[in-house]
Amino acid sequence: MSASAIALAAEVRSKERSAREVVEESLAKIAAGDPEIHAFIEVLTERALDRADEIDRIVASGSDPGPLAGVPVALKDNLCTSGIPTTCSSKILAGWRPPYDATVVERLRAAGAIVVGKTNMDEFAMGSSTENSCSGPTRNPHDHDRVPGGSSGGSAAAVAAGFVPLALGSDTGGSIRQPAALCGVVGMKPTYGVVSRYGLVAFASSLDQIGPLAGTVADAAVTLQVIAGHDARDSTSLAAPPPDVVAAVDRGVEGKRIGLVTELVDGTAPDVAARVRQAAEALAAAGALVDEVSIPQFRYGLAAYYLIAPAEASSNLARFDGVRYGLRVDAPDVAAMNVATRTAGFGAEVKRRIMLGTYALSAGYYDAYYAQAQRVRTLVADGFAYAYTRFDGLLGATAPTTAFRIGDRTDDPLSMYLSDTCTVPANLAGHPSISVPFGTGDGGLPVGVQALAPALGEQMLFALAGALERAAPDSGAVTE
Amino acid sequence: MSVGGARPRPQPAVIGSEQVAHVARLARLELSEDELARFTGQLASVLTYAAEIAELDVGDLEPMAHPLPLLNVFRDDEPEPTLDRATVLAEAPAAEDGRFRVPRILGDEP
Repeated sequence: MSASAIALAAEVRSKERSAREVVEESLAKIAAGDPEIHAFIEVLTERALDRADEIDRIVASGSDPGPLAGVPVALKDNLCTSGIPTTCSSKILAGWRPPYDATVVERLRAAGAIVVGKTNMDEFAMGSSTENSCSGPTRNPHDHDRVPGGSSGGSAAAVAAGFVPLALGSDTGGSIRQPAALCGVVGMKPTYGVVSRYGLVAFASSLDQIGPLAGTVADAAVTLQVIAGHDARDSTSLAAPPPDVVAAVDRGVEGKRIGLVTELVDGTAPDVAARVRQAAEALAAAGALVDEVSIPQFRYGLAAYYLIAPAEASSNLARFDGVRYGLRVDAPDVAAMNVATRTAGFGAEVKRRIMLGTYALSAGYYDAYYAQAQRVRTLVADGFAYAYTRFDGLLGATAPTTAFRIGDRTDDPLSMYLSDTCTVPANLAGHPSISVPFGTGDGGLPVGVQALAPALGEQMLFALAGALERAAPDSGAVTE
Repeated sequence: MSVGGARPRPQPAVIGSEQVAHVARLARLELSEDELARFTGQLASVLTYAAEIAELDVGDLEPMAHPLPLLNVFRDDEPEPTLDRATVLAEAPAAEDGRFRVPRILGDEP
């Protein structure tokens, strides 16, 4: 869509355009472009049009359908949608229709948004390229031979291709921010606990957060405002009301102390590092007090993450046993049925992570790997805490490179894992973080700059993101 | 960086195919010979990378299981509607008499 979500909702609320027209435009773009991009696993044409008519009736009756009135949104396929297949791009959940909606889905609908489809992802959100999907890879709208990033690659590509102005993803180690960077859109991970995880299929429960992907920082802010807030159905949901982030977008960064994190610049590709340094200069020009800061603890974040996340995953994915939902491969007894089902249902990357996690938790290795990783998690949080005694916000690259070629990293899991090196610290600490497009690198591919703020520092984060967006060079148009 | 106490530093060994086969059994996965060889190499490379944190002397730091300082979260013990049984069972691979149906759990009949 060429218009922002905020602009579309304003048009629908003021009857300049009908919700049906808006949704029809989105569906037409998907029909024309998605056979090539494959951002969607399922497009909900009839449901979306019915809901659009409902929104139009609400507007006609003089009521307000909400801040996202008539806005088409795409949902990552690990967000439960009542009666609509939710597969996590896994054969083990093929065809499964959840009996309830995720809290974020309820809240989007209550704000007038219209779900147009479910997006492709790395199986169970394990991956950084959306190649680990049982329905095949998604292509980067900027270059169809390249990955969109992952694991929320379908959501990022759907926004980048102009199919929808807004999408939701989930971020366990960078799965919203990294694809946003590679696709040239905005992607935001909230403070842990700000958004309810009820109805998000769990990957690593102490790290997972749901967040928005959007074309603009303001659209991401409005969406966060809609989906945030306490939910009694998620016991890790924070009691505090969501911070008002919409007003923060235009606040500016004058006098704010911003740290350019050495560990989030050094080691990234030269074209990425150049844009990050340019972004730091732009913030200084906008009145921020920018200085370099080293957080050496970040160097150990990725290793800790790739023990903690698989450990939690090995436990969370034990529920896929062929008994209650999804695939069952028949066998004479339950144990054999469990093995046959899991062996047939999970893809290679999911099996690797389950085994890695099982190993890290197993007798004899628990202390060396899992407990040690948890201590390093504290180390990373301490590194942040020290930096925030001197700075209001931090800056770095979102991903070490621009979009890589499809197939380039699939045979070498470790090289794929290194894609997450800049994003995992925020997940380990539970802090908010956002990726904002900031020009292009070699070959005209989008570069994302990552802004970080302390826990519940969403206002600071969006002020920083707004300033970056205003200063950003063009991120290149999608050529369709 | 912090300096820990007298706790001996763990020295994890790089994983071999026997251990990978054992872990697969624990995780209820069956691996072909090819998969066993491939996964062993891949897991060894990831664990070699991860082992760098085993060298860190962080014994005096508290392990962090969760980003929030939450203890148990309770709600009032009041009955609330739950998911509709028929809807849930309709999505199960097999159901019978209002319950999930599974193959036999115990070994041969007595």
